[in-house]
Amino acid sequence: MTAPARARRPLDRHAVERRVLGVLRVLVIAGAVAAAAGPLLYGVVLSVRPFADVVAEPLALPAPGEVDAGAYVEALRDESAGGFGLARFMRNSLAVALGTTALAVACSVLGAYAAVRLRFFGRDSVNGFFLAVYLFPGIVLAVPLFVVFSRIGLTSSLTGLVLIYLAQTIPVSLYMLRNYFHAVPVGVEEAAEVDGCNRMQVIWRVVLPMAMPGIAATALYVFMIAWNEFLFALLFLVDDRRRWTVSLGIAQLTDFNVPAPVLMAGSIAITVPVVAGFLLAQRLLISGLTAGAEKG
Amino acid sequence: MVRTRRRREELHGRLLVSPTLLVVGLVVLAPFAASVVLAFQDVRLIDIRFMSPADLGITFDNFAEVLSSAGFWEAARTTVVYASLTTVGSVLAGLVLALALRRPFPGRGAVRGLMLVPYVLPVVAATTIWTTLLNPQYGAVNEVGRRFLGWEAPINFLTTRGIDIAGLPVPVALSVVIAFEVWKSFPLAFLFITARLQAAPRDIEEAAIVDGASPTQCFRHVLLPQLTGVLALLGLLRFIWSFQNFNDVYLLTGGAGGTEVVAVRVYEELITRADIGAASALGLLMTLALSVLLLAYVRMTRKEGAR
Repeated sequence: MTAPARARRPLDRHAVERRVLGVLRVLVIAGAVAAAAGPLLYGVVLSVRPFADVVAEPLALPAPGEVDAGAYVEALRDESAGGFGLARFMRNSLAVALGTTALAVACSVLGAYAAVRLRFFGRDSVNGFFLAVYLFPGIVLAVPLFVVFSRIGLTSSLTGLVLIYLAQTIPVSLYMLRNYFHAVPVGVEEAAEVDGCNRMQVIWRVVLPMAMPGIAATALYVFMIAWNEFLFALLFLVDDRRRWTVSLGIAQLTDFNVPAPVLMAGSIAITVPVVAGFLLAQRLLISGLTAGAEKG
Repeated sequence: MVRTRRRREELHGRLLVSPTLLVVGLVVLAPFAASVVLAFQDVRLIDIRFMSPADLGITFDNFAEVLSSAGFWEAARTTVVYASLTTVGSVLAGLVLALALRRPFPGRGAVRGLMLVPYVLPVVAATTIWTTLLNPQYGAVNEVGRRFLGWEAPINFLTTRGIDIAGLPVPVALSVVIAFEVWKSFPLAFLFITARLQAAPRDIEEAAIVDGASPTQCFRHVLLPQLTGVLALLGLLRFIWSFQNFNDVYLLTGGAGGTEVVAVRVYEELITRADIGAASALGLLMTLALSVLLLAYVRMTRKEGAR
């Protein structure tokens, strides 16, 4: 009874705005989903089609029976077996990323604890200093690092990369961990101290277990950055195919006239670990990264 | 007792941050200092092996050479255009999406998760997929263009400097790298704005609506003022990161088609020409430009805080 009466009412500014915005909202969301996930989906589809089909029919989807995972096998297999060696690139990246993660988390747990709980001379300037590191142009540091590394022979070594990634990830992981450590009640720590724990024991037995979700999120974030990094891998490892990391490996393959499905398979293969990890720990990661935003 | 406790805290604090300081000093500060020194030396990569501190001098040749070299000012202009448009694009896209996804609906969590895919994707995987999408022979974009939009010939997006559309010159490759960067970086803006929106008190808005404010008025006068802080910070961070971006541009175009930004030039000086002096000088100029920007931002926020 009231509905038709309402519909006939002349549209005022509010109703118009609300209706227009409602439609826009749906369009924006649909467009954003397509834009964000579309390219990845395109890569997946292309990776399971034979190259000849892709060239003949660029827009077609493979029929369920035609899905062909051969490109993945070819991408992953070692060069000696006629493949492109992606499995080895992944092992290299795994070693670099795990090493970076372990060291970065260890350093930033100590540093973040100090920044949150201890008053010491220069604490504030240390914090500002780390932030400055974060904003420093990577390409600018690349020049002297390249010079020094080539002089002391650290190029074509994965250790050198770990060192660089460490410096690049510590600022963010410190910042993330600080937010989590703030949430640990001081009283619990003091109680442990009264019970005779020294500083390291307090950190190890009290702070770490309570901040575990935050540490897991930080570790994942560092892992992601180290796994994805490209510039320094390019500078230091390009001549040494045995040591290529995943990013460098895929980037180099694009120059070799590798068929598109193999390239796509490679790209998807190196993406899966990070996207899976991210989606699993999404909530934790987001709260860690954005904790500062509320303060404006 | 109190004093020893204080002193112990002092000592522990310094001990605990020292590993971090050591790494950062070793890999960031020392190299930067070296970069400043190298910028004033006439030196190529081959000379480094035989150089001793006694050979250090001061010369401004690198700066003179860099500033007068062909294409420097064009690269500087390209960098500023690239960084500005990327910043505006990604912050705006992040804002629009954060607002669109503000009210709950079924499946919002999944949509939010999907929004973050471009941000998480390894940059090499992302550029490889985009390059394939834009491929002139079998890329989906050219196929759609030819089949449905009536393009006569495929467009080589990543190497074409510009084409005329309705008499207007459009920089093709530059637009592609900007679009890529907006796509890759809007999720972070979206995240931060969403987090800030969640902290915005609901009752002011409700009061405004009761008082008869329309949705756009409500946004303009209630929400936007609360968001200016996070928008300014995002703008600054995004500009700084885009300004120094090397990976994305290098991987997509290698600097072809009018996309040569200063960071790619630094790489060229370092690797292709092995001219360390010039590469350092160029890098130093970049750092200077960024620090001026950073100082201006700090000044601005200080003034606002004082008001």
